[in-house]
Amino acid sequence: MPALRIEKLRKSYGALPVLKGIDLSVENGDVVAIIGRSGSGKSTMLRCINGLEPFQEGSIEVAGHRVEGSSSRLRELRKEVGMVFQGYNLFPHLNVADNITLAPRVVKGVPRAECDALVQQVLSRVGLEEKAGAYPDELSGGQQQRVAIARSLAMKPKVMLFDEVTSALDPELTGEVLKTIAELAEAGMTMVLVTHEMSFARRVATRTVFMHEGRVWEEGLSETFFSSPQTPELQSFIAPNLN
Amino acid sequence: MMDSFGWPGVEFLFRGFMWTIGLSVITFLAGAFFGLLFALGRALGPRWLRFAIGGYIQLVQATPLLIVVFLAFYGLSFVGLYFPPLAAAAISLTVYATAFLADIWRGCIEAVPRTQWEAADSLALSRMQRLRYVILPQAFRIALGPTVGFMVQIVKNTSVTALIGFVELTRAGQLLNNMTFQPFHVFLTVAVMYFAACYPLSLSSETLKERKSASSTH
Repeated sequence: MPALRIEKLRKSYGALPVLKGIDLSVENGDVVAIIGRSGSGKSTMLRCINGLEPFQEGSIEVAGHRVEGSSSRLRELRKEVGMVFQGYNLFPHLNVADNITLAPRVVKGVPRAECDALVQQVLSRVGLEEKAGAYPDELSGGQQQRVAIARSLAMKPKVMLFDEVTSALDPELTGEVLKTIAELAEAGMTMVLVTHEMSFARRVATRTVFMHEGRVWEEGLSETFFSSPQTPELQSFIAPNLN
Repeated sequence: MMDSFGWPGVEFLFRGFMWTIGLSVITFLAGAFFGLLFALGRALGPRWLRFAIGGYIQLVQATPLLIVVFLAFYGLSFVGLYFPPLAAAAISLTVYATAFLADIWRGCIEAVPRTQWEAADSLALSRMQRLRYVILPQAFRIALGPTVGFMVQIVKNTSVTALIGFVELTRAGQLLNNMTFQPFHVFLTVAVMYFAACYPLSLSSETLKERKSASSTH
């Protein structure tokens, strides 16, 4: 069973269609990069996967859960599907350790005694062991984003969704975040990343998907995808990015 | 009994002042209780509830407080519900404070960025957990300054209950003036007492607002 299967997904805002029939399948351990122009629907599709955006037609199944119905079923899904946002969205009133342990404690009932170990474990994966006591506004953007990744990891997700996680960062800070994601990929995490980082997609993603006008326009293994784009739309999209 | 303004007069006013403080505290506590419920209902409730609470807020905010006080004291006694002045004062001031606090706090809840709600959702928090651990602590911090600022309004507005004969500070001043005919001494003392209660509140309200805008608030 694939980690993620999207079938005939359609969504519109009022009369404006944004997703016009998306089919996508992601196997366990896959790293799939979603690229495309702004307005192509890639972020909207990603947000449909964990139920942040409602959709009108089609089906999504992720980590063994169908995206539908009651909020309690949606919560079961979200326990196993992590999401990292463009704007980090750390909780500003909580320090790093509390940001990380809030959901494990209140949602999964992890006892306080185990929390220190959990914090150290996930912070070491993002290289920020010494920052457990810091507050978000004391950290750089890159550090905040790595804490956001650690916070997501603390729920031990089966699938992780990344929504343009380096777009809000200064160029010199994107590297540390991409390095963290690349390490997760090596460790076998199943990930779907909406990204503008073409060279990163090419290097780290097993597959890349090009979205255009609310559709999956072209997809393929990353190694061949960028070197031999089939459609003129993809050719013109990646041409300025690759030199 | 008292034919000129002296120390006994000040003591008399001080007893009225204590009633002003007492009434303010009751009003704030009751107004805060209902105001929080109304704010939550207005920000998060179903459509009909939001509409009903919105109507209540509009109605009370567009009515002079004195009229609300008269309604509670004279109006309700006309339909057979007689409240003594203290109860009528507390009820009408609570009605008033509820409307304003609900409005202030709803704004504070909605001022917590949308992305915080989404982050909480993505971590599988339930609606109650999201509210308790993520939204309300942040809204509370935003609300602190304006709330303390509104306490000043409560303290000053308890003076309208003088008109239904509740002997708080203003009414005590009127009575004392009738006895001594020294309005300047009497009402200056009254004003000083109001100032002593209100100034520390407005000062701390300003500090809290500034602390909010300067980043580090933990």
